[in-house]
Amino acid sequence: MSVHQTINLDSLQEIVERHGYNKNKLIAILQDIQAVYHYLPAEALKTLSKLLKIPLIDIISVATFYRAFSLTPKGRHVATVCMGTACHVRGAPKILEEFERQLNIRRGETTEDGEWSLETVACLGCCAIGPVVVVDGDYHAHTSIRKVPTILGRYRK
Amino acid sequence: MITMKINGVEVKAEEGWTILETARFYGLEIPTLCHHEGLTPYGGCRLCLVEIGEGPRAKLVSSCTYPAEEGLVVHTDTKRVVQARRMMIELMLSVAPYSKVIQDLASKFGVTRMRFKIRNEECILCGLCVRMCEEQMDGKAIGFQNRGYQRKISTPFDLRSEECRLCGGCIYICPACQLRCQGPQAETAICNACLTMEPTCLDFYDELQCWMYDAGRCGTCVREKKS
Repeated sequence: MSVHQTINLDSLQEIVERHGYNKNKLIAILQDIQAVYHYLPAEALKTLSKLLKIPLIDIISVATFYRAFSLTPKGRHVATVCMGTACHVRGAPKILEEFERQLNIRRGETTEDGEWSLETVACLGCCAIGPVVVVDGDYHAHTSIRKVPTILGRYRK
Repeated sequence: MITMKINGVEVKAEEGWTILETARFYGLEIPTLCHHEGLTPYGGCRLCLVEIGEGPRAKLVSSCTYPAEEGLVVHTDTKRVVQARRMMIELMLSVAPYSKVIQDLASKFGVTRMRFKIRNEECILCGLCVRMCEEQMDGKAIGFQNRGYQRKISTPFDLRSEECRLCGGCIYICPACQLRCQGPQAETAICNACLTMEPTCLDFYDELQCWMYDAGRCGTCVREKKS
């Protein structure tokens, strides 16, 4: 299964309208587009540039600057492994390697079936419960290599 | 009129001038790379660094972006400025060693060693092409993408942009696009061939661009300096 959706330009129009065609709300608009498609499709950005009347390159500059935005399709589930200092010393690199092995992808990539994306983050701010892994917004505290299959299994159906 | 001091000389600047403009008006040379008349100042290459203030509170600022202020004390040639400038040239050499403009700067300011790993990125991210495209050509076809060490200049999605009219303004203004002379030491990070001759062709034979001919055909760049 692929997460590719046909780009529905009506929903894009609706998002832009909700933000009142305001150029200053570009980041909020991009976030809303990403919430719909799980990434920023090229077609949507081109249309957005026409709707907001800002050059396409400016939108691209913003979209590539922030890690939160992705120009390539993301998986249905996104696993984010914290690589902050506290998590790092407690074995986050090993946990990340285990995720890479289990999902058979490298960090920053998406599985072929479009189910999983693997990301890293510099710090989530909850160092006391590290090593932390976030899957679809759920925080998994005190993770270890042994817990990785359990975490993945909870989302695999 | 604003009164300020540059290198101990009292100068007058007009409202809205930068330090660089004031210094150039009085004939003081400050090297620049990312600055171009007709484009907005960017302050990216840091070659135009000058020292403002005096004593322990003196600090380095980019003169192309710093506005002239009343009573400002500027020094354009202190040891600190020269060292910072050399370091900037060295850093740019490591990124784009095949650029004639940067090699010329290295020879001109006596940079004879390059202590960094050669990265050969062929772009120093000075932003001249981006500003040229936007401000003079009204194109907005290219821009900065990504950030940090991955920062690059490209068109959207790295494809031919619809905005691009192939005017070539970006190539015209690019300091890294002009290849260096293929002189005796073409493989090294620093050429410095111009330093072996006297006088250097940089200052006197500006129009003689030997890269257009065979390597070292005119012979000036291989002549040994008389000691």
